[in-house]
Amino acid sequence: MDKKTIHLTLNGEAREWRVYPNELLLNTLREQEFLTGTKYGCGIGECGACTVHVNGAPRLACLTLALACEGADILTIEGLARDGKLDAVQEAFLGQSAFQCGFCTSDMIMMTRALLNENPQPTETQVRDYLRGNLCRCTGYASIVRAALDAAEMERQETA
Amino acid sequence: MTNMNHLEQPNIANLPELRQIGKPLRRIDAMGKVTGATQYAADYVMPNMLHAKVLRAQHASAKIVRIDVSKARALPGVVCVLTAEDLPGDRVATDIPGVTGTSKRAGTDAPILAHDRVRFMGEALAVVAAEELALAEQALDLIEVVYEPYPAVYTPEEAMQPGAPIVTEPDNIVARWRILKGDADAAMRDADLIVEGTYKTQFIDHAYLEPEAGIAWVDEHDVLTIRVSTQVVEHFRSIAAALQLPQNKVHIMGTLVGGGFGGKEDITVELFIGLAALKTRRPVKLVYTREESILAHCKRHPFTITHKTGVTRSGRILASQVNLVADSGAYVYLSPYVLLYAASSAVGPYKINHVTINAYAVATNNTFTSAFRGFGAAQACVAYEQHMDEIARALNMSPREIRRLNYVQAGDTTPNGQAFRGAVWLEECANRAWDALGEPTPPPTPHVKIGRGLASYMQSYGRITWFHDTSQAWVGLEMDGSIVIRCGVPDIGGGQVNTLAQISAEVLGVPMERITVYSTDSALTPLAGTTTATRQMYMSGNATYQAAMAVRKTLAERASQHFECEPAEIDFADSTVFNKNDATQKMPLTQLIALCAAEGLPRANLSLFKAPFTEKLDPDNAQGDIWPDYTFGAQAVEVAVDMETGEVRVLKSAACHDVGRALNPAAVVGQIEGGAAQGLGYALLEDVQIVNGVTLTPSFAEYLLPTACDVPEVKTIILESGTGLGPFGAKGVGEPALTPMAPAIANAVTNAIGARVTQLPLTPERVLEAIERQHGSA
Repeated sequence: MDKKTIHLTLNGEAREWRVYPNELLLNTLREQEFLTGTKYGCGIGECGACTVHVNGAPRLACLTLALACEGADILTIEGLARDGKLDAVQEAFLGQSAFQCGFCTSDMIMMTRALLNENPQPTETQVRDYLRGNLCRCTGYASIVRAALDAAEMERQETA
Repeated sequence: MTNMNHLEQPNIANLPELRQIGKPLRRIDAMGKVTGATQYAADYVMPNMLHAKVLRAQHASAKIVRIDVSKARALPGVVCVLTAEDLPGDRVATDIPGVTGTSKRAGTDAPILAHDRVRFMGEALAVVAAEELALAEQALDLIEVVYEPYPAVYTPEEAMQPGAPIVTEPDNIVARWRILKGDADAAMRDADLIVEGTYKTQFIDHAYLEPEAGIAWVDEHDVLTIRVSTQVVEHFRSIAAALQLPQNKVHIMGTLVGGGFGGKEDITVELFIGLAALKTRRPVKLVYTREESILAHCKRHPFTITHKTGVTRSGRILASQVNLVADSGAYVYLSPYVLLYAASSAVGPYKINHVTINAYAVATNNTFTSAFRGFGAAQACVAYEQHMDEIARALNMSPREIRRLNYVQAGDTTPNGQAFRGAVWLEECANRAWDALGEPTPPPTPHVKIGRGLASYMQSYGRITWFHDTSQAWVGLEMDGSIVIRCGVPDIGGGQVNTLAQISAEVLGVPMERITVYSTDSALTPLAGTTTATRQMYMSGNATYQAAMAVRKTLAERASQHFECEPAEIDFADSTVFNKNDATQKMPLTQLIALCAAEGLPRANLSLFKAPFTEKLDPDNAQGDIWPDYTFGAQAVEVAVDMETGEVRVLKSAACHDVGRALNPAAVVGQIEGGAAQGLGYALLEDVQIVNGVTLTPSFAEYLLPTACDVPEVKTIILESGTGLGPFGAKGVGEPALTPMAPAIANAVTNAIGARVTQLPLTPERVLEAIERQHGSA
């Protein structure tokens, strides 16, 4: 199997990747870019630990072929803070201590960011529904849901 | 210098005003977690690294006739293929983790790689290391294993029968405990009523989001170094024994653990990558797939627990007889101790003078079982708290009243005769949790019934006292006033490391941002024991407290000379040292450190904390002390049961625990909310279905975990009696947080439908069946 060349944007920077046709985006991010904030939890799309943004939408990197990302704009947890300033979602997760072991934290933050991009003022039910495909084994989700609502409120006050 | 004082109760009088303890300060591990910078075991790579895979048995019980690895070895890019033939020894003794253990327990050996026989599906047969992961996977397919069928047994009940296939010699019974207190037979005759019930729990998986992972290499001093996600860095000793290496030639570098819950308490990947690294002299990495994790690591013991209880008409419990049978699976890991926890907790936090408890752990050809948050005491609570509701129902009494009449008080004793010390706030916790449910939710539709349930619990924190548990920590001030802590504690996400920082911050008056903690390294950090048994805050917290206090004492004495006052007048806050009684007398901490350094006074201390040491239990009746102390609390829930589908939803959840003192309330709340969610999964969803030895639930599509939509907001009520044995009077709550949730839900479902499902999980099918049974008999 021969590698192919693709061009894309990763965390705001232009990239050229040489990837195998069957290579998963998760492995390219972790093994070629050393962006290890995106996690392997199950490899078959059942836990959400590998969630990144592709063209602004949440995507499971374990079910996405790297080759399919030609021309795409990819954002990972490492690219979320800009110019040394944390994203409001990250600040809210800090404020609520919305983590324990932290293994799902990247994905929960990326999912919450995607939610707020789609729906800046979600209800608690909408937050829970949006996160239903993303597993956390430590927190019981309570602090994560509070953090998501806090982030929405922080951004509402910023834009008000 | 080592401070060896055993502090019965840290003296908090020396710290008049708590400035950082008790506050929800930002954890020192927080920033790495929200930016993705934190490194977990699978995130590490090394130059020239190989990738390992493990070949696993396809049968639950078989003789191995032949393993042919020649084709796999011949595959280009495959560097080694190892089977039992390549092992220096063939077994790992799963000795009590964290104990130097001069004597090995009988019957506790599991093979590293199976050689003559496999006893469960998923057992390891061979290890492959290759240049690329895909090649290692390909090589597994090229290994030919010829099996011969061997009789199997899949339930403890069958395995205990005479003539059953033998999984573990001589009779499959791998552990037994018998607890005798008073005369239960005689006291039962005085009872007005005898209530009997049998309650069953299931296999469940820890399902930490981080699969098992590690990387091993041999360094320039011939030290086998293993960077691994583990709850126990002290496994370096068992690894050395298994690989026939000196103990000082095995070095475990623990990583932050992406969830443990007991599942990373036993050895996981260490021996596979250790062997391959020794063989190839190259770094070797192994990360389990999710399927492999579910197939190959231990499960929570399923229990069948039968209660027979004699009560008076007024609700006093006179006598209790309890039988417990646990499925130990194919190998003996921590079953003897899980069984002891279950047996000794079997009647719960109730005062009963006449008790007989018989407990058995039995080998089968199922996946082996071992530690899981709650460690047997959680299974016991599922049974005793459902049974308390059944007693209440038989007496036509409220569940709260039957408990109130029988709760233990301080000074009462357990069935083992151990006295409860400190505060026992069972009734307070139950009342607070129950009241927090508020007004009942009206049923949304006529076919939905609302029910409420309560569960109280007691759960030990700290290890079994005849293990003679210790922990060590080193605390030092640098010249710039920053603090370094060295402590072998593995952080499994509960904030174990942060707790040490917060304690030192308090004692030495330094902000959290100025503290760095080096942890979880078997060679470079003082050994602190296992992150298990809800012990690290208690054990390593006390070791850190002692070390920080020793540093403080030296500094305070030197400062008192400088200010010409008494050492007791000296206090430390905001990196400043000052005379509490004279505001003009103060200096920066760095100035005091410089004064001490100029005179060669120590600014660091290595301290060892000892738990209470006791003798082993009386072998005839299991009388004696077992644990340092207990945590008490209660959980109340409200559920909605759909009478047409059997579906159960938890609408409200309130937990109240006496944590002694909440060192970091945010971390405590996190443990309680997370524990309650795991308890919800245990009650309603989770079930590792092993049928005829085959795991039918090898992924999260079949093994259902609670999602954000299943878990309600938990109202968390933290009580602080200040009577714990941890620093500042704290008690452990890591495991207790889970324990009462499942029985509370089971009781709420019974309250809603008027019938009891005695087998967890309470699936819609089982609930519906109970509803239909109830209607049939009505």
